[in-house]
Amino acid sequence: MSVELGHFALILAFATALMQTILPMWGALTRDPALAGMARYSAFVTFGLVLLAYLALTMAYVGSDFSVANVVMNSHSTKPLMYKISGVWSNHEGSMLLWVLILVLFAALVALRGGGMPERLLASVLSVQGGIACAFLLFILLTSNPFLRVTDVPFEGQGLNPILEDPGLAIHPPMLYLGYVGFSVAFSFAVGALVHGRIDAVWARFVRPWTLLAWVFLTLGIAMGSYWAYYELGWGGWWFWDPVENASLMPWLMGTALLHSTIVMEKRDALKVWTILLSILTFSLSLLGTFLVRSGVITSVHSFASDPARGVFILGILTLFIGGGLALFAWRAPSLKQGGLFAPVSREGALVVNNLFLATSAVAVLVGTLYPLALETINGSKISVGAPYFNLTAIPLFVCLLILVPFGQSLAWKRGDLVGVSQRLLTAFGIAILSILVTFALTIGGPIVAPLGVGLGVWLIMGSATEVISRCYRRGLSWKVIFERAIGLPRSAWGSALAHAGIGLTVIGIAATAWGVESLAVVTKKEPLNVGPYTVSLEQAFKRKGEGFREEVAQFSVTEGTGARGLIETSKRVHTGREMPTTEAGIVTYGFGQLYASVNEILPDGRVSIRFYWKPLVTLIWGGAIFMALGGALSLSDRRVRIALSAKTKRAPLLNVEAKA
Amino acid sequence: MAMTRKQKRLVLIASAGAVLAVATGLILFALSDKIVFFYTPSDIVTQSISPGSRVRIGGLVENGSVIRDASMNVIFRVTDTEKVLTVHYKGLLPDLFREGQGVVAEGVYQGNADMLADTVLAKHDENYMPKDVADALKKKGVWQGGKGQ
Repeated sequence: MSVELGHFALILAFATALMQTILPMWGALTRDPALAGMARYSAFVTFGLVLLAYLALTMAYVGSDFSVANVVMNSHSTKPLMYKISGVWSNHEGSMLLWVLILVLFAALVALRGGGMPERLLASVLSVQGGIACAFLLFILLTSNPFLRVTDVPFEGQGLNPILEDPGLAIHPPMLYLGYVGFSVAFSFAVGALVHGRIDAVWARFVRPWTLLAWVFLTLGIAMGSYWAYYELGWGGWWFWDPVENASLMPWLMGTALLHSTIVMEKRDALKVWTILLSILTFSLSLLGTFLVRSGVITSVHSFASDPARGVFILGILTLFIGGGLALFAWRAPSLKQGGLFAPVSREGALVVNNLFLATSAVAVLVGTLYPLALETINGSKISVGAPYFNLTAIPLFVCLLILVPFGQSLAWKRGDLVGVSQRLLTAFGIAILSILVTFALTIGGPIVAPLGVGLGVWLIMGSATEVISRCYRRGLSWKVIFERAIGLPRSAWGSALAHAGIGLTVIGIAATAWGVESLAVVTKKEPLNVGPYTVSLEQAFKRKGEGFREEVAQFSVTEGTGARGLIETSKRVHTGREMPTTEAGIVTYGFGQLYASVNEILPDGRVSIRFYWKPLVTLIWGGAIFMALGGALSLSDRRVRIALSAKTKRAPLLNVEAKA
Repeated sequence: MAMTRKQKRLVLIASAGAVLAVATGLILFALSDKIVFFYTPSDIVTQSISPGSRVRIGGLVENGSVIRDASMNVIFRVTDTEKVLTVHYKGLLPDLFREGQGVVAEGVYQGNADMLADTVLAKHDENYMPKDVADALKKKGVWQGGKGQ
């Protein structure tokens, strides 16, 4: 019964979303306040209905209602509650429903917090959001209905794909979608601005918090996905330049560019047309990502759900919104009032450089991701574009950008003083060079890129530190005053410093992978194995039964020099139900590094075929991403950034140019 | 030194142009040099691939062809039911690597239908057939898709 209610609510949601698309836009164009005012209420109602549908499906999962095909395929009555709930988005139909739920959630949040926005802008933004929701609701209802019943109700479900049964992966898709879909708000704002032909700093002020919010979630989502692949796939790799990973990286790169260009627009009323274009492109890449993942057009380690028939539908949605958005841009952008130009050596000039590199690298990733598809369509050749391509194209662009980051952070708005900035950064530069020399000396004979990478990371961290210090430290001030000045700095300043330092940490973690050690061996109990600074020896190999699986475990003891450092376990697991084997990697963290064990085979004679890695500083890769997200969240908590999210604000003052001390 | 509006615009365009030019160069070079072509065993034999080139091959692991030794070297044959290619590999094979199942291997072609692989992939799902393999096998009429293979 509740399943049919859910289905019905989804159909109703389509109807209200259609209303949300047409009426407010009509009202905005004809300046009819009553129609424009419909926007908010229909956004709330649409959200309520989709939520109802989503809850109905979740209830079917929690109650193990095996009369629903989707539940049969993806759940099992013995699953822990968490995996019953996360089972909802473990599959194509459910994850599309989650996608739409998040989309209408953002629309409802915009409606809720948008009281201070010009009525016509709010109406058109919500109308565009409604349009996107319509398209995807129709997609779900016509091609991917999660509410279908089965005629022969089975006693038991088929269970969740065991590698998806993991706490990391349970939260990863919602995080990623909050990021992906969050950029739809920027898209809707851009379309709204184009429709009305009005764009100013106030617009940027409304868009920025939403972009920041989406960016924070996307950053966390990508980091979580990367860590999941690292420990769950058992290969010890954390990034594969896989098309599905690229699908999330591209909107992140473009979104990062957007984040920075909205700052320029807000503070200096410049880069307007470019920011509009970036808003459209960022969400276009999100849609493209959804298409790549959901259509099954690409071969990928992550392809769980693929059905080419659905691909055509999403391709249609893609064409409609990307094509429509860009066409509207081409038509209306020339009529927008251009922003001012500015001196190349200035904060805004530096942010243009940031945008240039980020957008270019997103394009490089895009070309590498789509080229195999294009080539196969054109002449049937099958190729794979892997790490060598991306290492040669995206990485040099990233490195150039990151070298320049501390300069950009230190430059003043309007007219920067490059000499003064260089002097201020001299200490940071010295420390970075010193760290290169020290790490090089400590690892003589090792790979040369690692110390250079560490130097780059230290440069970024010290650059951020310099920025904070230069804003609160003056010679002759007492420590108490300096401390008070530091506390008094705007949170967005701290957020920015934290986020950029986070990139530095990630860079150090990535650089350190070059020092990683891999040991492959078939060992007996008497043969210890050296892995970097550690020695591991096989303690025992045994069979074990767990909840929903049975496994063969290999247990090793770890020693460093003469000191014991504990045990590490890795197993071959066979999941009951699907009878699918997986390798459970054993991971132990020492300091910032990790010892990683992955069993290949436990032979009948008791020998164990095993792979060990020592990965120094590897946790910094994800730790850095958490710092980036924290930095973003801190900026978001800044009253001045959040102002657009506040319903109390009346029309915000036009400009609040903050002169740097 | 205040720049004129024209100069400012020129600097902007020139620097953007420079970055784009370098990026385009890198992309074109990487696309000509760093991509790997996908072949079936039949392609390898009939297209006279030059030894030493990097290839990606896909097919089914031939039944009874897998030989492992104590130091984790593995030799197996990949077939598309017409031609057969021998693959040498050292390291851990994926969980779903099995005889008779689809597999993708990437590495250096040695000549004489023999390759030295550094990557072997069998995909996550027990019903999963790597797309390239599925297409190749469908073309040969060996496998029609769907579940359970």
